[in-house]
Amino acid sequence: MADLVLLFFLIVCAVAAVVQKELLNSVIILSIYSLIMAVVWVRLGAVDVAITEAAVGAGISTVLFIAVLTRVKRREELTRIRLQILPLIVVLAVGLTLIYGTLDMPDFGSPAAVTNTHVVPRYLEKGVEETGTDNYVAGILASYRGYDTLGETTVIFTAGLCVVLLLRSNKKRL
Amino acid sequence: MMEFILAKYNYWIYVIIMMIGFYAVISKSNLIKKIIGLSIFQTSVFLLFISIGKVDGGTVPIYQGTEAVYINPLPHVLILTAIVVGVSVTAVAFALVVNIYREFGTIEENAILEMIKHDD
Repeated sequence: MADLVLLFFLIVCAVAAVVQKELLNSVIILSIYSLIMAVVWVRLGAVDVAITEAAVGAGISTVLFIAVLTRVKRREELTRIRLQILPLIVVLAVGLTLIYGTLDMPDFGSPAAVTNTHVVPRYLEKGVEETGTDNYVAGILASYRGYDTLGETTVIFTAGLCVVLLLRSNKKRL
Repeated sequence: MMEFILAKYNYWIYVIIMMIGFYAVISKSNLIKKIIGLSIFQTSVFLLFISIGKVDGGTVPIYQGTEAVYINPLPHVLILTAIVVGVSVTAVAFALVVNIYREFGTIEENAILEMIKHDD
Protein backbone atom coordinates (compact mmCIF):
# COMPACT_ATOMS: atom_id res chain seq x y z
CA MET A 1 0.00 0.00 0.00
CA ALA A 2 2.82 2.37 0.93
CA ASP A 3 4.35 1.70 -2.48
CA LEU A 4 1.13 2.67 -4.20
CA VAL A 5 0.98 5.97 -2.28
CA LEU A 6 4.60 6.73 -3.25
CA LEU A 7 3.93 6.00 -6.90
CA PHE A 8 0.81 8.18 -6.76
CA PHE A 9 2.92 11.05 -5.40
CA LEU A 10 5.42 10.47 -8.20
CA ILE A 11 2.65 10.96 -10.77
CA VAL A 12 1.35 14.07 -8.97
CA CYS A 13 4.86 15.58 -8.87
CA ALA A 14 5.50 14.76 -12.53
CA VAL A 15 2.25 16.41 -13.63
CA ALA A 16 2.88 19.45 -11.40
CA ALA A 17 6.44 19.87 -12.75
CA VAL A 18 5.15 19.80 -16.32
CA VAL A 19 2.19 22.19 -15.91
CA GLN A 20 3.88 24.83 -13.71
CA LYS A 21 4.40 28.10 -15.59
CA GLU A 22 7.14 29.38 -13.27
CA LEU A 23 10.23 27.37 -14.22
CA LEU A 24 11.88 27.65 -10.79
CA ASN A 25 8.82 26.00 -9.21
CA SER A 26 9.02 23.25 -11.81
CA VAL A 27 12.64 22.59 -10.94
CA ILE A 28 11.97 22.43 -7.19
CA ILE A 29 9.06 20.03 -7.78
CA LEU A 30 11.37 17.92 -9.94
CA SER A 31 13.81 17.78 -7.03
CA ILE A 32 10.99 16.58 -4.73
CA TYR A 33 10.14 14.01 -7.41
CA SER A 34 13.74 12.74 -7.26
CA LEU A 35 13.62 12.47 -3.46
CA ILE A 36 10.39 10.43 -3.58
CA MET A 37 12.07 8.35 -6.27
CA ALA A 38 14.96 7.67 -3.86
CA VAL A 39 12.44 6.33 -1.33
CA VAL A 40 10.87 4.16 -4.05
CA TRP A 41 14.33 2.72 -4.81
CA VAL A 42 14.76 1.77 -1.15
CA ARG A 43 11.33 0.10 -1.19
CA LEU A 44 12.41 -1.85 -4.27
CA GLY A 45 15.63 -2.93 -2.51
CA ALA A 46 17.96 -0.90 -4.71
CA VAL A 47 19.89 0.92 -1.96
CA ASP A 48 22.87 1.89 -4.12
CA VAL A 49 20.57 3.38 -6.72
CA ALA A 50 18.74 5.28 -3.95
CA ILE A 51 21.98 6.92 -2.79
CA THR A 52 22.91 7.85 -6.36
CA GLU A 53 19.43 9.21 -7.08
CA ALA A 54 19.44 11.36 -3.92
CA ALA A 55 22.92 12.71 -4.68
CA VAL A 56 22.76 13.06 -8.45
CA GLY A 57 19.04 13.36 -9.23
CA ALA A 58 17.93 15.55 -6.35
CA GLY A 59 21.31 17.23 -5.81
CA ILE A 60 23.53 17.88 -8.82
CA SER A 61 20.75 17.94 -11.39
CA THR A 62 18.78 20.55 -9.38
CA VAL A 63 21.91 22.68 -9.02
CA LEU A 64 22.47 22.49 -12.79
CA PHE A 65 18.83 23.45 -13.47
CA ILE A 66 19.06 26.47 -11.16
CA ALA A 67 22.41 27.48 -12.67
CA VAL A 68 20.76 27.54 -16.10
CA LEU A 69 17.68 29.40 -14.82
CA THR A 70 19.92 32.25 -13.62
CA ARG A 71 20.93 32.77 -17.27
CA VAL A 72 17.60 32.43 -19.09
CA LYS A 73 14.03 33.72 -18.72
CA ARG A 74 12.35 32.08 -15.75
CA ARG A 75 8.78 32.12 -17.01
CA GLU A 76 7.27 29.87 -19.59
CA GLU A 77 5.60 32.11 -22.17
CA LEU A 78 2.16 31.29 -23.40
CA THR A 79 2.65 31.87 -27.10
CA ARG A 80 -0.39 29.92 -28.25
CA ILE A 81 -3.18 28.77 -25.99
CA ARG A 82 -4.83 25.80 -27.57
CA LEU A 83 -5.31 22.18 -26.75
CA GLN A 84 -2.63 20.20 -28.47
CA ILE A 85 -4.46 17.23 -29.90
CA LEU A 86 -1.72 15.65 -32.01
CA PRO A 87 0.88 15.21 -29.21
CA LEU A 88 -1.86 13.83 -26.98
CA ILE A 89 -2.83 11.21 -29.58
CA VAL A 90 0.82 10.23 -30.15
CA VAL A 91 1.45 9.91 -26.39
CA LEU A 92 -1.70 7.86 -25.83
CA ALA A 93 -0.85 5.57 -28.76
CA VAL A 94 2.68 4.97 -27.43
CA GLY A 95 1.34 4.45 -23.90
CA LEU A 96 -1.28 1.94 -24.97
CA THR A 97 1.27 0.03 -27.06
CA LEU A 98 3.61 -0.17 -24.07
CA ILE A 99 0.79 -1.32 -21.78
CA TYR A 100 -0.01 -4.00 -24.34
CA GLY A 101 3.67 -4.94 -24.17
CA THR A 102 3.64 -5.26 -20.37
CA LEU A 103 1.05 -8.04 -20.62
CA ASP A 104 3.90 -10.38 -21.57
CA MET A 105 6.24 -9.12 -18.84
CA PRO A 106 7.12 -11.40 -15.91
CA ASP A 107 4.94 -10.80 -12.84
CA PHE A 108 6.16 -8.10 -10.47
CA GLY A 109 8.48 -9.63 -7.85
CA SER A 110 8.40 -13.10 -9.34
CA PRO A 111 11.59 -15.06 -8.46
CA ALA A 112 11.05 -17.32 -11.50
CA ALA A 113 11.38 -14.47 -14.03
CA VAL A 114 13.99 -15.07 -16.75
CA THR A 115 15.97 -12.03 -15.63
CA ASN A 116 16.44 -13.58 -12.18
CA THR A 117 17.38 -17.09 -13.27
CA HIS A 118 20.20 -16.45 -15.76
CA VAL A 119 23.69 -14.94 -15.24
CA VAL A 120 22.74 -13.40 -11.89
CA PRO A 121 22.81 -16.66 -9.84
CA ARG A 122 26.43 -17.03 -10.94
CA TYR A 123 27.22 -13.52 -9.64
CA LEU A 124 25.42 -14.20 -6.37
CA GLU A 125 27.18 -17.54 -5.91
CA LYS A 126 30.77 -16.53 -6.69
CA GLY A 127 30.61 -12.73 -6.39
CA VAL A 128 31.89 -12.33 -2.85
CA GLU A 129 34.69 -14.82 -3.40
CA GLU A 130 35.82 -13.44 -6.76
CA THR A 131 35.51 -9.69 -6.23
CA GLY A 132 36.26 -9.53 -2.51
CA THR A 133 33.43 -7.15 -1.67
CA ASP A 134 30.24 -7.87 0.29
CA ASN A 135 28.25 -5.47 -1.82
CA TYR A 136 27.18 -7.31 -4.96
CA VAL A 137 26.29 -4.11 -6.81
CA ALA A 138 29.76 -2.65 -6.26
CA GLY A 139 31.36 -5.97 -7.21
CA ILE A 140 29.47 -6.27 -10.50
CA LEU A 141 29.88 -2.57 -11.31
CA ALA A 142 33.63 -2.47 -10.85
CA SER A 143 34.58 -6.01 -11.76
CA TYR A 144 32.23 -8.08 -13.93
CA ARG A 145 30.94 -5.05 -15.79
CA GLY A 146 34.08 -2.94 -15.50
CA TYR A 147 33.97 -2.10 -19.21
CA ASP A 148 30.48 -0.64 -18.80
CA THR A 149 31.85 1.64 -16.13
CA LEU A 150 34.80 2.57 -18.34
CA GLY A 151 32.31 3.46 -21.09
CA GLU A 152 30.31 5.51 -18.60
CA THR A 153 33.40 7.51 -17.63
CA THR A 154 34.09 8.12 -21.33
CA VAL A 155 30.55 9.45 -21.74
CA ILE A 156 30.97 11.79 -18.75
CA PHE A 157 34.31 13.01 -20.11
CA THR A 158 32.81 13.65 -23.55
CA ALA A 159 29.83 15.44 -22.01
CA GLY A 160 32.14 17.62 -19.92
CA LEU A 161 34.18 18.46 -23.01
CA CYS A 162 30.98 19.36 -24.93
CA VAL A 163 29.77 21.65 -22.15
CA VAL A 164 33.12 23.46 -21.95
CA LEU A 165 33.29 23.91 -25.73
CA LEU A 166 29.67 25.10 -25.97
CA LEU A 167 29.94 27.58 -23.13
CA ARG A 168 33.11 29.33 -24.27
CA SER A 169 32.38 32.98 -24.91
CA ASN A 170 31.32 33.94 -28.43
CA LYS A 171 34.44 35.95 -29.29
CA LYS A 172 36.76 32.99 -28.89
CA ARG A 173 34.64 30.75 -31.05
CA LEU A 174 35.80 30.08 -34.61
CA MET B 1 -8.25 -11.21 -13.24
CA MET B 2 -7.53 -9.47 -9.92
CA GLU B 3 -4.29 -11.42 -9.58
CA PHE B 4 -3.26 -10.39 -13.07
CA ILE B 5 -3.84 -6.71 -12.27
CA LEU B 6 -1.90 -6.98 -9.00
CA ALA B 7 1.02 -8.56 -10.84
CA LYS B 8 1.19 -5.88 -13.54
CA TYR B 9 -0.16 -2.59 -12.19
CA ASN B 10 3.34 -1.35 -11.29
CA TYR B 11 4.34 -1.46 -14.94
CA TRP B 12 1.22 0.48 -15.91
CA ILE B 13 2.08 3.24 -13.45
CA TYR B 14 5.54 3.47 -15.03
CA VAL B 15 3.93 3.78 -18.45
CA ILE B 16 1.78 6.66 -17.12
CA ILE B 17 4.90 8.44 -15.79
CA MET B 18 6.58 7.87 -19.15
CA MET B 19 3.57 9.35 -20.94
CA ILE B 20 3.74 12.51 -18.81
CA GLY B 21 7.42 12.98 -19.65
CA PHE B 22 6.90 12.20 -23.32
CA TYR B 23 4.01 14.67 -23.54
CA ALA B 24 6.20 17.41 -22.08
CA VAL B 25 8.97 16.65 -24.57
CA ILE B 26 6.81 16.79 -27.68
CA SER B 27 4.16 19.38 -26.80
CA LYS B 28 5.87 22.01 -24.64
CA SER B 29 7.46 24.90 -26.49
CA ASN B 30 9.78 25.92 -23.64
CA LEU B 31 13.16 24.19 -23.94
CA ILE B 32 13.71 23.87 -20.15
CA LYS B 33 10.29 22.18 -19.91
CA LYS B 34 11.41 19.75 -22.58
CA ILE B 35 14.49 18.87 -20.52
CA ILE B 36 12.30 18.39 -17.42
CA GLY B 37 10.12 16.06 -19.49
CA LEU B 38 13.22 14.16 -20.59
CA SER B 39 14.28 13.62 -16.94
CA ILE B 40 10.83 12.29 -16.05
CA PHE B 41 10.88 10.01 -19.10
CA GLN B 42 14.27 8.63 -18.01
CA THR B 43 13.18 7.87 -14.46
CA SER B 44 10.21 5.85 -15.74
CA VAL B 45 12.60 3.62 -17.70
CA PHE B 46 14.79 3.23 -14.60
CA LEU B 47 11.73 2.20 -12.58
CA LEU B 48 10.86 -0.46 -15.16
CA PHE B 49 14.38 -1.92 -15.06
CA ILE B 50 14.67 -2.03 -11.27
CA SER B 51 11.18 -3.56 -10.95
CA ILE B 52 12.16 -6.43 -13.21
CA GLY B 53 14.90 -7.35 -10.73
CA LYS B 54 12.60 -7.27 -7.70
CA VAL B 55 12.25 -10.65 -5.97
CA ASP B 56 9.49 -11.13 -3.40
CA GLY B 57 10.98 -11.89 0.01
CA GLY B 58 14.48 -11.08 -1.24
CA THR B 59 16.86 -8.91 0.75
CA VAL B 60 19.09 -6.05 -0.34
CA PRO B 61 22.00 -7.41 -2.47
CA ILE B 62 24.67 -7.23 0.24
CA TYR B 63 26.25 -10.50 1.36
CA GLN B 64 24.43 -12.05 4.33
CA GLY B 65 25.38 -15.69 4.05
CA THR B 66 24.84 -18.16 1.23
CA GLU B 67 21.31 -19.13 2.31
CA ALA B 68 19.75 -15.68 1.92
CA VAL B 69 17.55 -14.79 -1.07
CA TYR B 70 18.76 -11.64 -2.78
CA ILE B 71 17.13 -9.08 -5.03
CA ASN B 72 18.65 -9.18 -8.53
CA PRO B 73 21.66 -6.78 -8.42
CA LEU B 74 22.29 -6.64 -12.19
CA PRO B 75 19.56 -4.06 -13.06
CA HIS B 76 20.84 -1.90 -10.18
CA VAL B 77 24.28 -1.80 -11.79
CA LEU B 78 22.89 -0.92 -15.21
CA ILE B 79 20.70 1.83 -13.78
CA LEU B 80 23.53 3.32 -11.69
CA THR B 81 25.37 3.82 -14.97
CA ALA B 82 22.24 5.11 -16.69
CA ILE B 83 21.51 7.74 -14.00
CA VAL B 84 24.97 9.26 -14.36
CA VAL B 85 24.81 9.17 -18.16
CA GLY B 86 21.35 10.80 -17.93
CA VAL B 87 22.78 13.71 -15.97
CA SER B 88 25.58 14.10 -18.54
CA VAL B 89 22.95 14.31 -21.28
CA THR B 90 21.05 16.93 -19.28
CA ALA B 91 24.25 18.95 -18.80
CA VAL B 92 24.94 19.01 -22.56
CA ALA B 93 21.30 20.00 -23.18
CA PHE B 94 21.71 22.87 -20.70
CA ALA B 95 24.83 24.10 -22.48
CA LEU B 96 22.88 24.08 -25.76
CA VAL B 97 19.97 25.96 -24.16
CA VAL B 98 22.28 28.65 -22.76
CA ASN B 99 23.86 29.04 -26.21
CA ILE B 100 20.44 29.29 -27.86
CA TYR B 101 19.40 31.96 -25.37
CA ARG B 102 22.57 33.96 -26.13
CA GLU B 103 21.82 33.73 -29.84
CA PHE B 104 18.05 34.34 -29.89
CA GLY B 105 17.22 35.92 -26.53
CA THR B 106 14.45 33.39 -25.89
CA ILE B 107 14.07 29.70 -25.10
CA GLU B 108 10.60 29.31 -26.60
CA GLU B 109 10.76 26.96 -29.56
CA ASN B 110 7.90 28.73 -31.41
CA ALA B 111 9.61 32.11 -31.21
CA ILE B 112 12.94 30.66 -32.33
CA LEU B 113 11.33 28.99 -35.36
CA GLU B 114 9.63 32.30 -36.25
CA MET B 115 12.98 34.11 -36.13
CA ILE B 116 14.69 31.51 -38.30
CA LYS B 117 11.86 31.79 -40.85
CA HIS B 118 12.18 35.58 -41.01
CA ASP B 119 15.93 35.33 -41.51
CA ASP B 120 15.52 33.40 -44.76
